[in-house]
Amino acid sequence: MKQKTPLLRNSGLQTLISSLFCIILGLLIGYLALLVINAEGAWTAITNVIKNYMTYPTAPARMKYLGTTLAKTAPLLMCSLSVLFAYKAGLFNIGVAGQYTLGAAASLFCALNLGLPWYVCLLAAIVIGAISAAICGALRAFCNVNVVISGIMLNWISLYSTNVLLQTVKESTGKDTIRLVKQHADSILPTLGMDKWFSNNQYVTIGIPIAILVAVLVWVILEKTKLGYELKATGNNLNAAKYCGMKENSNIILTMIISGALAGLGAALYYLSDIEPWNVNSSSVPGMGFNGIAAAFLGGLSPIGSIFSSYFIQHITLGGGYVDLSHYCAQISDLISAMIIYLCGFVLFFKTFINGRLDKHEEKRAHKAQALEAAQNTEGGKK
Amino acid sequence: MVLLLQYTLIFASVLLLVALGGCVSEHSGVINLGLEGIMVMGALGGALVMRFVPYSSATAGFGERILMFLLVFLASVALGMLFSMLLAVASVSFKADQTIVGTAMNLLGTALATVVVKSMNTAINPNDHSSEISYIEPKKAFLSNIGKFELNWFVVVAVVMLVICFIMLYKTRFGLRLRACGEHPQAADSVGINVYKMRYLGVLISGFLGGLGGITYITAGVSVWKFENGVAGFGFLALAVMIFGAWHPFKIAGAAVLFGMFRALGNVYNGIGFLKDLKIPSAVYLMLPYIVSLIVLAFTSKNSKAPKAEGIPYDKGQR
Repeated sequence: MKQKTPLLRNSGLQTLISSLFCIILGLLIGYLALLVINAEGAWTAITNVIKNYMTYPTAPARMKYLGTTLAKTAPLLMCSLSVLFAYKAGLFNIGVAGQYTLGAAASLFCALNLGLPWYVCLLAAIVIGAISAAICGALRAFCNVNVVISGIMLNWISLYSTNVLLQTVKESTGKDTIRLVKQHADSILPTLGMDKWFSNNQYVTIGIPIAILVAVLVWVILEKTKLGYELKATGNNLNAAKYCGMKENSNIILTMIISGALAGLGAALYYLSDIEPWNVNSSSVPGMGFNGIAAAFLGGLSPIGSIFSSYFIQHITLGGGYVDLSHYCAQISDLISAMIIYLCGFVLFFKTFINGRLDKHEEKRAHKAQALEAAQNTEGGKK
Repeated sequence: MVLLLQYTLIFASVLLLVALGGCVSEHSGVINLGLEGIMVMGALGGALVMRFVPYSSATAGFGERILMFLLVFLASVALGMLFSMLLAVASVSFKADQTIVGTAMNLLGTALATVVVKSMNTAINPNDHSSEISYIEPKKAFLSNIGKFELNWFVVVAVVMLVICFIMLYKTRFGLRLRACGEHPQAADSVGINVYKMRYLGVLISGFLGGLGGITYITAGVSVWKFENGVAGFGFLALAVMIFGAWHPFKIAGAAVLFGMFRALGNVYNGIGFLKDLKIPSAVYLMLPYIVSLIVLAFTSKNSKAPKAEGIPYDKGQR
């Protein structure tokens, strides 16, 4: 007998439903917060958060700020890939923010102080991100140090060392590093003419296609290679993986290296587009890394899902800038994305709930069918 | 040197309070990575009281000082516990991933506090978009000068909490039950202990202590706090202190003093002759506690004395 699997059984669909659920609830809570602050303008404020660049009346302006949103999505996508890659191997890389910070340090230092071309700066950022994450991985593998705690410690160490290093390439007045365009324009990522499509937005660079390519590459590594299989096996059950002859320690370190490299690349894509300088008095690591965690979970821990979730998170983060600042503040977006991460913690519960309901339903149907059969049999016996 | 002692004691108290919070929560079986967020909320509660309760140090008598202290204490504890419910509900009742939820709480704590303080400041003065609360005067309510040494009353609170926590965990029936839930919840359940209730209580107590740690942190040496900055990784430093202290209150206290001293050096190295002559950039002192904790963790994590069942959601139906 052929049995039809219910559509809801599909794990991808379940993930999509629960992610949409998280987004709606997150936005609702953001709206409630706005209502509490000032009821009058709350609706306009939340719609502005959702609209982001669509608040501009003219099409060219909208295209231009769509370009900016995309340019800022590319590094966020890298951070979320970094988080999800490590998470697949059972490691929660909260140090992504620190690896990103070091990536910023390396790329800006190579560009401004050493005057190197963009691809070298990019490589430097990747290498330093990988090294920093490797420290985390080695501490986990050989000394059993919790990656979350060592990651946070490295975040702060990275932040302070970045501030010290970038002091050397600071504007003589102010706290920001020199803009690349003034000092060494060769270090800026090439645009390949893509800026024309977005009303000459010079921040639209090859960073965006690179990011999407890397997302596809990460998907291929995770789903189609032996390495990906081993990493996922190590993440599912460390001891079972060990028993099967996988080298769990080197797998942990390798995972972290790749994860850190992705974060470092993300920083290079951001700072080498010259979209924003580094403030050498920064008192906390950039929010990009933490938003990456939100994007990774919202995307259902899938590289392809991450492309969309990263865009969404970046969209509302920038949208926060369009609220009426005489009543509200831009951090309302941070509140919404933090709420979304919190709700993502419930996704597993949601999935087991759906599956449980489906199981019950099926059991009932099976019982009914059995009872029917039994009844028919007894009738047959009477004849 | 008096200054070094003073700062060491105050930072050690912060770390001690928060690490004890983490310790109680982990003994009940829940890893509390959201301590940082809990600290921010506790700090917010205390700061709001100091902002809005009228107080003038020139006219205030001893009774008023105690009242102010109690109000600050209660507000911090209340917000800390309220916020910790987010973790309890998610990780105990809904069996959510404790790492994700804890991380979300840290981000949420800072974002929420920033939104609250900013909108409050803007509502009072439309041109004020800062996320700062200043409490120079009311803070004096719970500072006592003994010669040159300035004693923050929350240091005393920390010591009292240390003793209470030790007695609670190791000398009472409640403590034994709590620890059983962190070591082997199935066994605890089989003798009639309500594991869910115990874990809720464990997390709530960590909210209580975390909130206290938060208010202590923002009254340590400064009188203005910018809530956008959160608490600079102190929640996680406290977790490092807890691991170094092998989940035992008195060992945690020792670890807290050591880490507190490294943190204090960053505040006072300019006043100590030979350290000033070394001309090390201030960033190095800022990094010091984090570097030290990494090294310490590398040496102490191998033979972990962590509660056996921590981080694993308890499922009654599981065998």
